[in-house]
Amino acid sequence: MSVNFLINQAKLIQEVIDAHALEIEKLDQEIGDGDHIFNVQRGIKLVIELEPTIKELPISKALNQIAMKVLSGIGGSSGALFGTLFMTMAKGENIDEGVDYKKAIEIFSLGVEAVKQRGKADVGEKTMMDVLIPVANCLQDGIQNNRDINEILTEAVQVAEDGMLSTKDLLATKGRASFLGERAKGHIDPGARSSQLMIKTVCESVIKK
Amino acid sequence: MKKFMNTSDDFLKESLQGFGAAHQDIVSVYYDPNFITRSQSTKEGKVALISGGGSGHEPMHGGLVGHGMLDAACPGFVFSSPTPDQMLAAAEKVDSGAGVLFIVKNYSGDVMNFQMASEMMQSPNESVLTNDDVAVEDSSFTTGRRGVAATVLVEKIVGSLAEHGGSLQECKSLGDKVNKNSGSMGVAFSSCTVPAAGKPTFELGFDEMEFGVGIHGEPGRRRDKIKPAQDITNELLEAIIEDLKPNSNEEMLLFINGMGGTPLTELYLVFDNAKKFLDSKNIKISRSLVGNYCTSLEMQGASITLTKLDEEIVKHWDSKVHTAAMRWGM
Repeated sequence: MSVNFLINQAKLIQEVIDAHALEIEKLDQEIGDGDHIFNVQRGIKLVIELEPTIKELPISKALNQIAMKVLSGIGGSSGALFGTLFMTMAKGENIDEGVDYKKAIEIFSLGVEAVKQRGKADVGEKTMMDVLIPVANCLQDGIQNNRDINEILTEAVQVAEDGMLSTKDLLATKGRASFLGERAKGHIDPGARSSQLMIKTVCESVIKK
Repeated sequence: MKKFMNTSDDFLKESLQGFGAAHQDIVSVYYDPNFITRSQSTKEGKVALISGGGSGHEPMHGGLVGHGMLDAACPGFVFSSPTPDQMLAAAEKVDSGAGVLFIVKNYSGDVMNFQMASEMMQSPNESVLTNDDVAVEDSSFTTGRRGVAATVLVEKIVGSLAEHGGSLQECKSLGDKVNKNSGSMGVAFSSCTVPAAGKPTFELGFDEMEFGVGIHGEPGRRRDKIKPAQDITNELLEAIIEDLKPNSNEEMLLFINGMGGTPLTELYLVFDNAKKFLDSKNIKISRSLVGNYCTSLEMQGASITLTKLDEEIVKHWDSKVHTAAMRWGM
């Protein structure tokens, strides 16, 4: 994982998110306040615009700048949650000496754990954590058992999709949708959908190589 | 939508510019990141009080920056939490070495962003989280109760202690005590319109009210037909008293807060009706506040806050204050 890799991933994610923008906006209008897709699109755009500023930096500093940009540029709860993810990844031990698959999975998992603490949300509460936590667990299990990286990433794509789909029948207890009670049932959580698309994009682009 | 506005993008900036220009004897306004400080720097050894939240609740918090209250305020976009870069920039400006106390209303976005600022800060800091709204336990914006008008009282009372040399820990403890001693509940007669959204946040019929409404127009306990003021007042006070459980003859502060679109004439009428009800319950109102302090844009409505008083709280309530929105004793 390099700074170049991060920026390229942001560009790939932008394409995929833009292609699904209407779908995500509709999901959010059903159970949220409709601004999730704009927050995500703004966040990705801001990260891509950072390219000239961060491309020569060590990865820890680049991740930190991405975190601050996302925090101040998106704002609200989404900014704080994504900001926490990148800021925690930036703190990974010795990442400026190189980030291999094992290290990348380690810092991603630490980031997901920090987001879980920040939002005080766990699996089963109809949020993006229903995607991120199972994916982090799947990646960690795979790497600890020395499995083939392509196999691990293929499984992660499936785990992300299962997690996203699982939010459909859940009752929301965290976030904006929690106020709807039973009315939120039957709708996929927009945050789960956008994060599943991001995971899928990153994993599949790495598998191809 | 009818608003004094040029473009929704410039709405906050132009409002902040006007605020800064109108009150330049009291405050200085900084941009990118946006924050407001006192025009004079914090005196050495004084704990710095910083609050903030979405805009649209003016005069809270910018109008509460000044002698005896806040050292700085961080305004987010309308009804949207400020971000850690604002809090860090404000803290760097006003921290005189005695530490920073953040006063935060309990909304998920505000809590997370202030928490991050607190973690990123190198110098000592603490937070007081207000959650005085007794209407609902969880809401569309929160886990747990919402922080509403009692935040103004916390800022006044803790502001005085800080001015009198209270330590960071003492300021936090007093803030927590005032929050715990306070209960609030509001009612809305009309919705409000966020400039960027362009349409009312919720719909309310001509003869309807939202009972237990939140300060962003979030739903409360129920939708009801409008009633005589005395009935509404009694019901709000009953809910607060049930929560605070004051003793007979307990001395309290009664705060009638306007949501932005209700005239003072009506707010004083509510004060009268509240006094009648509290008299009948042997609750003594020994301090009072009436006005638009914690507003929700142009929403019509009001909230009532009761705070149990003790010697320490009264002393700091009465002490000198000079901000854009609150001034006495100097």
